[in-house]
Amino acid sequence: MDANTQWVMTGTALLGVAGGVLGSFALLRRRALVGDVLAHAALPGVAGAFLATGTKAVGPLLAGAAIAAVAGVLTMSAIARFSRLKADAAMSLVLTVFFGLGIMLLGAAQRSPGGNQSGLDKFLFGQAAAIVGRDVRVITLAAALLCLLVLLLFKEFKLLAFDPEFGVGIGLPMAAVELVFNLAVVLAVVIGLEAVGVVLMAALLVTPAAAARCWTDRLHLMVPLSGLFGALSGALGTAVSLVGPRMPTGPLIVLAATGIFVASLLLAPRRGLLARSLRSLRTRKAAQRERLLVALYDLAEEAAGAGNAPAVTAEALERRRGIPARSAGPQLARLAREGLVDEAGGTWKLTGRGLAEAYQAARSERLHLVYLMHQADLDGGMTDQGVRPAFAPEIVPQLEQWLRQHGLEPRLLPGHTAGEVG
Amino acid sequence: MGALAPLVIILVGAQVAGACALVGSFLLLRRMTMLGDAISHAVLPGIAVAFLLSGRPQSPWALLGAAAFGLLCAYLVQALQRAGVREDAGTGVAFTGLFALGVLLISAFADHVHLDLDHVLYGEIAYAPWDLWLVGERSLGPRALWTTGGIFLLDLAAVLLFYKELKFCAFDPETAEAAGINVRAFHYLLMTLVSVSAVAAFDAVGAILAVAMLVVPSATAYLLTDRLSVMLGLAVGLGALASALGYLLSRATDTSVAAAMAVSAGGLFALAFFLAPRHGLVARWRRRRSDG
Amino acid sequence: MAAESELALVVRDLTVAYQRRPVLKDVNLSLPEGRLIGIVGPNGAGKSTLMKAVLGMVPRLSGEVWVSGRPPAAARQEIGYVPQRTAVDWDFPTDVLDVVMMGRYGTLGLLRWPGARERELAMAALERVGMAEYARRQISQLSGGQQQRVFLARALAQDARLYFMDEPFAGVDAATERAIVNLLRGLKARGRTVVVVHHDLQTVREYFDWLVLLNVRVMAAGPVERVFTAENLTRTYGGRLGSLAHVAGASPAPLRTSGGD
Repeated sequence: MDANTQWVMTGTALLGVAGGVLGSFALLRRRALVGDVLAHAALPGVAGAFLATGTKAVGPLLAGAAIAAVAGVLTMSAIARFSRLKADAAMSLVLTVFFGLGIMLLGAAQRSPGGNQSGLDKFLFGQAAAIVGRDVRVITLAAALLCLLVLLLFKEFKLLAFDPEFGVGIGLPMAAVELVFNLAVVLAVVIGLEAVGVVLMAALLVTPAAAARCWTDRLHLMVPLSGLFGALSGALGTAVSLVGPRMPTGPLIVLAATGIFVASLLLAPRRGLLARSLRSLRTRKAAQRERLLVALYDLAEEAAGAGNAPAVTAEALERRRGIPARSAGPQLARLAREGLVDEAGGTWKLTGRGLAEAYQAARSERLHLVYLMHQADLDGGMTDQGVRPAFAPEIVPQLEQWLRQHGLEPRLLPGHTAGEVG
Repeated sequence: MGALAPLVIILVGAQVAGACALVGSFLLLRRMTMLGDAISHAVLPGIAVAFLLSGRPQSPWALLGAAAFGLLCAYLVQALQRAGVREDAGTGVAFTGLFALGVLLISAFADHVHLDLDHVLYGEIAYAPWDLWLVGERSLGPRALWTTGGIFLLDLAAVLLFYKELKFCAFDPETAEAAGINVRAFHYLLMTLVSVSAVAAFDAVGAILAVAMLVVPSATAYLLTDRLSVMLGLAVGLGALASALGYLLSRATDTSVAAAMAVSAGGLFALAFFLAPRHGLVARWRRRRSDG
Repeated sequence: MAAESELALVVRDLTVAYQRRPVLKDVNLSLPEGRLIGIVGPNGAGKSTLMKAVLGMVPRLSGEVWVSGRPPAAARQEIGYVPQRTAVDWDFPTDVLDVVMMGRYGTLGLLRWPGARERELAMAALERVGMAEYARRQISQLSGGQQQRVFLARALAQDARLYFMDEPFAGVDAATERAIVNLLRGLKARGRTVVVVHHDLQTVREYFDWLVLLNVRVMAAGPVERVFTAENLTRTYGGRLGSLAHVAGASPAPLRTSGGD
């Protein structure tokens, strides 16, 4: 890899880190698109700086972009606060009008000596391929500064994201914190503009953070992970762009970030889509199984009490317990495979093991019932709120007493042969 | 054509603004303006693909292909929301991804054909009067006039036909659903209209500034009235006004017509923000003074 | 037992879970027509969720629902829904009459404009809630109670057979409360069925003739005199018997497990 590519890779990776880290907070504040808005709003500043100074030096242009972006932030707040327009409308207004103004100024800039036609292209798409050593130093400095800022103000930024009013309540200067945060975003945007351009910098402020969110909901894990994803996007995008002659780096970086997001969305262990559908499928099956076991137990208990044989038909299940026959059939077959029921001539019977399992199910169910009835007298105590409720050992005796009081204790005990009631 | 040229430009701008104002008003009321922004960016790969397939940037296929990508973006945002990703995050991921894809396609393949990226992004309304629709030997006039006029009529027809459903869905989607209105279908209808209008806007004012047409006149009208029908009419009117003012501004400053139109719309908004009779800042301040 | 088509609402085996936690479990209900039916229970008992699950607004883990013998999706025109007040943007550019006319949009169907008849029905509905003189008022200028009455008028304008109302009495002033009660009685007199999620035990006997006690499961369901007992309340809400017995003001009734009738 030649030196040039190394610069590009380093620079874009660092931009990814900055975008990812700041983007995490923006995401949690539900302001994910603020980067997009500020990136567009910076244009009049860039063009204006050029017109004012006549040079294309990085310093004045960045200063101009920063001023314009800050003006954008203030305008957004003003619109949302002082009119009946909502936050999203304020964002769109600032984005489009500032950008239009920027294009007008740019037109003037392009006509003046020193301006040229392709200026706006670079602003929109950046020229990552042209990042050189000096730029990387600037980017590194900015990225380091931003990460340091986030480390120092982590608690404050966290409060800003979750509950700014609480922060005000405990005496933190939340307005100042918000301003600092917005300035940090502006800095990241402005630094990134030259490298990857407007739209793509907006992407780096959203996509890596959204990807990190899929893996964890703990902020102190999400922020570094988001930075990592951002860095990976930069490196990956740059690497792929080496493949062909006309592969623009900026868009490839964004596509790399999007790819990481899609993979995260699908594959992340708890919050990922695959994990979730599997879990919901499992829960549904488990809940159905539990309901069926309880129904079988209740019917068997009733039959035993009346001295009848405890055989159950699918039709009885539907009529008595509301379990539709067409789904009861396959479920009963599954229980049969587990060895918990036997089938004989269209009726079903619990086996010894089946009775033991069904007893547990019914007992939990009834304990839950009395738990709900007397909840206000208890101080929590439910250890598992899933498909089969479980309770803390301290409260179980009390629950069992209530069971007896209400006449709900399960009378058909496992280990007895069918027909006997304990 | 020389003397009529300004009129053509203004009329094209007004029709674009009118079409976008109609659908953009509903976006505003549903707090989905950023989705309008997203769709305007997301249509780029559609234009690129259609262009690569047909060789011309202004074919009707470009319109359909681009609209399809706009709809895809809207669908992805909904799908991501169902998957647990918040709406603003999903919007950002979807449209930046699609936009990047579009830029990639154009950069990688567009050198074989003459697609001017600048044209797609900023439009060429200044040339509209001379870009004629030729059928055989006869000229039917400026092509842009027909396309933007057609889109405006399409949006107008849709809004008139489905006015009450669009209104109910925007106001209270939950109850609308309970009352039997297919809220989802109307959402995608609106998204389709936004995509189609955005694509039509490209030709005139380019992708970036199409969003201005979707949002700014509607936002201005929202501050000026309490009735939806009036708001829609005002938005169309303000769009036309912004088009005229923008043209004059661009002539005076020798800058892009499209940008000047966006800035003019912004200026009108600023006036309303401060001076609107009931909802403007001055009126609010006066009310608070007399209350307090 | 009445035939299924004569029952306003039948719910079978309904379970709704949020992540792994059941919010509603094994709910079985058969609600008769022409009654004012209250659903009460402690916070988090799933009352609003029950309503939303019946209407198909939240996904369910299991269960089936029939409205007058048909699935809810087929009976949408006959179901009126009054949600909790907060979900709407009160800055929307529309006036009171317009909101009430929205109640007719479902029946009107696509491509038809609301006309004089719709306006009449809407004004009549506004009369019944006592808001007729506010017809042209922009909705952001209304008080909380007035907003609630507008939503009720909207449901009335729909002229449905079965109404679902989610805490209509929450946070309203006394005048609005009286207006709503009169409204409910008028609906019952016309043979409509109204299902109300209610939060105030003190008024249950006065307002409803049928009651569902819900705490994740149905604890009891049936006519108010039979079901609204101190014992059932204790089972549903938990807690000391004393205050609840005072509220119920009734003698203990024999224990009943879940199930409607």
